[in-house]
Amino acid sequence: MGSLTDLTIRAAAEALRAGQISAIGLLEAVLGQASRTEAELHGYLTIDREGARTAAEAADAAFYRGDDRGLLQGIPLAVKDNMVTDGVETTAGSQVLSGYFPPYDATAVARLRTAGAVVVGKANLDEFAMGSSTENSSYGPTRNPWNTDRVPGGSSGGSATAVAAGSALGALGSDTGGSIRQPASLCGVVGMKPTYGLVSRYGLIAFASSLDQIGPIARTVDDAVTILETIAGHDPLDATSYRGPVPAFRSDIEHGVEGVRVGVVRELSGEGIDAEVLAAFERTLDTLRGAGADVVEVSLPSTSYALSCYYLIAPAECSANLARFDGVRYGNRVDGGTVEEMMGRTRRAGFGPEVTRRVLLGTYALSAGYYDAFYGQAQRVRTLVGRDFASAYERVDVLVSPTSPTTAFELGARTQDPLSMYMSDICTIPSNLSGEPSISVPVGLDGEGLPIGFQVMAPALGEPILFRVAAEIERMAGFEPLPSEKVGS
Amino acid sequence: MSHEAVIGIETHVELKTHSKMFCGCSAEFGAEPNTHTCPVCLGLPGSLPVPNEQAIDWIIAIGLALNSTIEHRSVFHRKNYFYADMPKNYQISQFDIPICSNGHLVVDVDGQQARIGVTRVHMEEDTGKSTHMGGDGRIQSADYTLLDFNRAGVPLVEIVSEPDLRSPAQARAYVQELRDIVATLDVSDVKLEEGSMRFDANISLRPEGTDTLGVKVEVKNMNSFRSLERALSFEIERQQLVLDQGGQVLQETRHWDEAAGVTHSMRSKEESSDYRYFTEPDLVPIEISDEWRERIQTGLPELPSQRRSRYVAMGVDPVTAATIVGGGLGEILEAAVGDGGPARTVSNWLVGEVTAYLRREGSSIEATPLTGEALAELAALVESGDLSSSAAKPVLEGVLNGEGTPKEVAVVRDLLAMKDTGALETIVDEILAYHPEEAARLREGDMKVLGYLMGLVMRATGGKADPKLANEMLRTRL
Amino acid sequence: MPIDIDIAYVARLARIDLSGEELARFGSQLGVILEHAARVQDLPTENVPPTAHPLSMTNSFRPDEVRPSLDRSVVLEQAPSSEDGYFRVPPALET
Repeated sequence: MGSLTDLTIRAAAEALRAGQISAIGLLEAVLGQASRTEAELHGYLTIDREGARTAAEAADAAFYRGDDRGLLQGIPLAVKDNMVTDGVETTAGSQVLSGYFPPYDATAVARLRTAGAVVVGKANLDEFAMGSSTENSSYGPTRNPWNTDRVPGGSSGGSATAVAAGSALGALGSDTGGSIRQPASLCGVVGMKPTYGLVSRYGLIAFASSLDQIGPIARTVDDAVTILETIAGHDPLDATSYRGPVPAFRSDIEHGVEGVRVGVVRELSGEGIDAEVLAAFERTLDTLRGAGADVVEVSLPSTSYALSCYYLIAPAECSANLARFDGVRYGNRVDGGTVEEMMGRTRRAGFGPEVTRRVLLGTYALSAGYYDAFYGQAQRVRTLVGRDFASAYERVDVLVSPTSPTTAFELGARTQDPLSMYMSDICTIPSNLSGEPSISVPVGLDGEGLPIGFQVMAPALGEPILFRVAAEIERMAGFEPLPSEKVGS
Repeated sequence: MSHEAVIGIETHVELKTHSKMFCGCSAEFGAEPNTHTCPVCLGLPGSLPVPNEQAIDWIIAIGLALNSTIEHRSVFHRKNYFYADMPKNYQISQFDIPICSNGHLVVDVDGQQARIGVTRVHMEEDTGKSTHMGGDGRIQSADYTLLDFNRAGVPLVEIVSEPDLRSPAQARAYVQELRDIVATLDVSDVKLEEGSMRFDANISLRPEGTDTLGVKVEVKNMNSFRSLERALSFEIERQQLVLDQGGQVLQETRHWDEAAGVTHSMRSKEESSDYRYFTEPDLVPIEISDEWRERIQTGLPELPSQRRSRYVAMGVDPVTAATIVGGGLGEILEAAVGDGGPARTVSNWLVGEVTAYLRREGSSIEATPLTGEALAELAALVESGDLSSSAAKPVLEGVLNGEGTPKEVAVVRDLLAMKDTGALETIVDEILAYHPEEAARLREGDMKVLGYLMGLVMRATGGKADPKLANEMLRTRL
Repeated sequence: MPIDIDIAYVARLARIDLSGEELARFGSQLGVILEHAARVQDLPTENVPPTAHPLSMTNSFRPDEVRPSLDRSVVLEQAPSSEDGYFRVPPALET
């Protein structure tokens, strides 16, 4: 069988039911892998050994009783540290929440627990999910398991690393401008952002409310679907939560791509994309053609403005979402003679530079006299982006592009120039603006052995076609995941 | 130069929903601090608001009762500013598309009616409560502040009037009418002392007959209808003085000091607040269909103005009618009239003796045994002459005290009018006989001595003589 | 051209006490980022409405039902400073 930590969720679920492994055994293998690799990788901020063991024991007891709550029962998963976990420290990667213990679980986490999943711990992230490399974590960066001089991507870098390294069999991440898909791409795993509203945001520490979504990171498309099935669905605690029937995610997953119309987004598949990434992208397009897909080029002109649009909307919303971190009711307070001073000092000490930049930027974009030209205009451009997608989907079933313009870059390579860091997200941002689902599937390695990701996008609630195309790409790519024993060399 | 006052009032009304506006915490007043809080109303990381549907129904009702246009599609906004009692450091409120707009109500001051515009009625959430400790309890000298978030998130309706008010009396009448309307709708306790109704005023002066608005001063901290009137009167005087001396009124916020009877300038802010309003991304728009609006409209109770008109049509004096409606005495009046009591007489008793009694005892009409039936019976007794109109008052008090029906009280207290005219004649004759000098004066036409003799007759009959009859007898049996 | 902004005013609005050096640094960085972000102004958007919700949802409500609140001990456990059941903060300068 090889290492337990190399198992997919499905294979582990089968082994658990066949009695070949126990949930405790699986957990111990995962914890062992973490012990071996964490010093170098730093994918986790908190490992909750006690809580995880209790959950694993409960899963084993359930199996013994004949209780089967689904594929995730007994499966060790990592949760990005911007989702609150009851009684387990949650920092959002920030000093302002150092030592913060939430009194409740995020809905997505609660649903995992109800399904019998084992939450191993809280994964590292760029502070408040703002970043594309996890270097903005105030607790130190995470390193890419494929090459520890490289970033794992961000902001869900810890989640992607844990899965790639075998320190979890799957993970929850969050995606606002690409924060699930881009690290998945850089770490050679699958990462998916659902249709906005499909997964409850209750308990997700808000960055940009109209863009944030929780989604799965896993080794395979099938595993990603398994996690999504467990967490998706209406939540009365989230007013933006979709009330309609949840799509049957798996309904078309085995159907192949014969006759599927695939649109290559011109603006995201040429200029600014690394040569090797582009080459892998083109090769994948060839395999799609070979499998019977109808591949055409489409133009989404407003996507050239998507980055600018995003860097007005996201900071504006975050400037208000982060206002609550003032040292009054919770968090790391820095004292002052007056409450104004206390708040001002608390926030200065608590927020790192990137967060500070975005809060200031957002405050400015909303301020009197500037609202219309910046935030107001960005929301209108956002509508144009949505319209471009809508008209494209009249001609094609899915849209594709590389997930990230590059493979994993070196730690420190982009930290001096915020704009260069923002460019990591040009392919992923558009579907956050449109609120539509998208997924990254690993399709190959570059000359330095670093993973390359392929992005598929679909219309709102189009998860079935999304997974169908992604699963076929995955099958044809035959990507070899990083073996657990090779991690940390 | 003569100036006129231009006044606008901003009123906040806390809705008496069971739960808060955006979470399920109890909205009840008076609990131990921080016992009605949760991740949402504490602004804990990751929490999200979900609007209370009952609150939306009720704000539509308020809007309709104020003759407003109800918006078909409305949204919430974030109003961003930092303050320790604001859990999120933004307030979920409404900016450019309030649920209700363009309404009005009519106020009546000493018979003069005026139509006061209501610009907007919008939905928002209340903040927590700050208690400033140390110093004299005022914010400027506090050592530290204690915060209670029980009130944070309670549904708050903001009602903004047009600057159509022209006098402190009119302003007072406006807020009283607003209070009565909201109380009738039964959507708020509207208790000023508990903070479920609060108001701030804007006041400026301008030369009489002109159109342009003068410099606006905001006045805060008026905690009763009376203090509103006093504060505005003070402001008019203060501003008039400034203008008379050739000065300019400063645009500022002033704080009413009830004890001293003056307004104080509050520390002026360096820059006026930039609230950076933007559409609340955690909430979706509210679409109010015609059907929804109509359902609320047909469910509206009879409003105070409608009720007052109805009582006037029954024969009640307009000012009395207003007092009855405002004092919650309408039901018992109608019950009395239903049992045959004359509206005018009964209504006068209600605003007179009954109201005085309730105030004295600190009671409410529901807590007394007085019924409409009893009032009708009392009126009948007076009508038939069994009770003199002056005896009606002590009988009424007896009924309020629980001593029994009007008839029973009259008997027990020996207040029934003397019906036996023969006995009265005898008494009158006796008194005339015992007071020959006064009788002589009366014979000569001295009317003043009549009062003295009347007093004697009433004393002799224990107040039970019919005054009219006694009066007549004295004069005719001389 | 990087955009010139009143960074001190923005920092005050955002309640972050930055040093002079930080203000200068952030000010210039923001100027560069804003210049890039301002590109949105190149697109014509007359008669284009702003996006409200990607799935055009409306009327998301909850019934007026009371749910259990947090235990006060839990609420105050995370408080940096509390007294007699209240949260405690330094005095306010502004009203």
